[in-house]
Amino acid sequence: MYTKKANQILIIGIIALLLSWLPGPGIACAVVALIMYTKNKGARSLIRTDVGRGLSIIAILISAVVAIYLLLFRPLLVMPAWLASLREAFYQTKFYAEFENNFLIDNRYTYIKKGLTVTFEVTFFAVLLGIVLGVIVALVRSSYDTLKEELKGGIGKGILFVLYKICGLYLTVIRGTPVVVQLMIIYFVIFASSNNKILVAVLAFGINSGAYVAEIIRGGIESVDKGQFEAGRSLGFGYVRTMALIIIPQAFKAVLPALANEFIVLIKETSVSGYVGLQELTKGGDIIRSRTYSAFMPLIAVAIIYLLIVIFFSWIVSLIERRLKSSER
Amino acid sequence: MSADNDVIISVKDLCKHYNGGEIKALDGVTTDIRKGEVVVVIGPSGSGKSTFLRSLNLLERPTSGTITFEGQDITSPSTDINKLRQNMGMVFQHFNLFPHLTIMKNMTIAPIKLRGISKQDAEKKALELLGKVGLQDRAMSYPSQLSGGQKQRIAIVRALAMDPEVMLFDEPTSALDPEMVGEVLEVMKQLAKAGMTMVCVTHEMGFAREVGTRVIFMDCGRIIEENTPEEIFTNPQNERLQSFLKKVL
Repeated sequence: MYTKKANQILIIGIIALLLSWLPGPGIACAVVALIMYTKNKGARSLIRTDVGRGLSIIAILISAVVAIYLLLFRPLLVMPAWLASLREAFYQTKFYAEFENNFLIDNRYTYIKKGLTVTFEVTFFAVLLGIVLGVIVALVRSSYDTLKEELKGGIGKGILFVLYKICGLYLTVIRGTPVVVQLMIIYFVIFASSNNKILVAVLAFGINSGAYVAEIIRGGIESVDKGQFEAGRSLGFGYVRTMALIIIPQAFKAVLPALANEFIVLIKETSVSGYVGLQELTKGGDIIRSRTYSAFMPLIAVAIIYLLIVIFFSWIVSLIERRLKSSER
Repeated sequence: MSADNDVIISVKDLCKHYNGGEIKALDGVTTDIRKGEVVVVIGPSGSGKSTFLRSLNLLERPTSGTITFEGQDITSPSTDINKLRQNMGMVFQHFNLFPHLTIMKNMTIAPIKLRGISKQDAEKKALELLGKVGLQDRAMSYPSQLSGGQKQRIAIVRALAMDPEVMLFDEPTSALDPEMVGEVLEVMKQLAKAGMTMVCVTHEMGFAREVGTRVIFMDCGRIIEENTPEEIFTNPQNERLQSFLKKVL
């Protein structure tokens, strides 16, 4: 029966989103949806456990914000006099003056907007690079541990040993030095002749993240019961196929939440890219501060944006965790 | 070495040492396993019986000695052990079903990927085998939904799905609740009756007596006594076997 209630909330929420260009009805629908959402415990828990439904609650919130924004700044319908005078009064406040100075004059908000895009770009590609590197390093390290007995001498063992040592060195160096220093070395020393700052940032954060991802994945591989490996081998699968078909799928499931958390950490870590002059979110806020000589608004705005992103992705991670737990039973 | 054609696995002077010979898990084991035999390995814990069984398909690498399976020395580095393992089914104490796959996938993954059998044929065979152990309705379940006894029966038919020449059992009933031991032993009995060659490490003396064609008693990494079940249980020669049987019977 809660399913019905939840669906009603969703339909009203979607209507609110569709109507959000009409301030009055849009807000009304959004408010009704929100009240139903907060009042009905069963429907709420149903919505929380379901990614699709949860996303549409976010749509409801957005529609409410859009409707309020339109009501205040771009009234499409005739605005009542009391609301117009309220708006005028708001325009006279110091808060609005600060807001205008920091974000609206000279389109300064674009520093934040463009910065956010760059932050996402760098994080996304760095995560991909990090996972690729991490999986390779984790496989080399754990396969050396298992295979060193099986490969008695021979060239295969020699190659694996060299790779194992290289991976060990990589982990020690990357995890033993600050990421800012690695970023500056890559930009000012290794890529001194190139000016592609995004590429440099992707490389630096990807290589850095790879070291942490490698340890996460290795932990995942080691967490799979040894008997699983033996069962795969006893059926006649070779080492590589046992890993690919039996161990890695189980390990990946175990470390998915940890990997997603690594992604969240990485978003925040990219804030130091300003050291090489990359204009990402933090640097964008900092540029506004240097133009307007007022620090509060731009920096708080940047902080709020990071916070919202992190809260959003943490919520996604918690959904994934719940989903994985329920499939295990 | 015996030139007997019936010999499937021939073990000679098998040793497994740890810490450079300080600990001898296996200390010179020599025996032959013939086609259709049900060899039951008994002995106190730490006697090396599990190590012996796991050496037969090289889950443990012996320190020295040879194991010949279907005429090939499996301990030599040039042997393709993966190929040979396809012909040796293994059942573990802790079942080791793949928890991320359904029962059907558990049973068909190896035949499809290793034998190149089509999916339909593999699934047909799997259902047939599941029918024999009375679990065809669980084909789409996941291992976590099954009881211990059901898991072990599935593990047995998973190994059988590869049409092995030999089945190795490593204490298949030791991790089960007592009331579930019977159903697993019943499956093993039927398997023995159907003529499967089996090597079985177990503490189920009743099973050894009833189903075994030969019983091997091991202690301290050596075969102490080896005979038919009647002789072993009614007329034990070695005093270590006598005291062992006194404790377990």
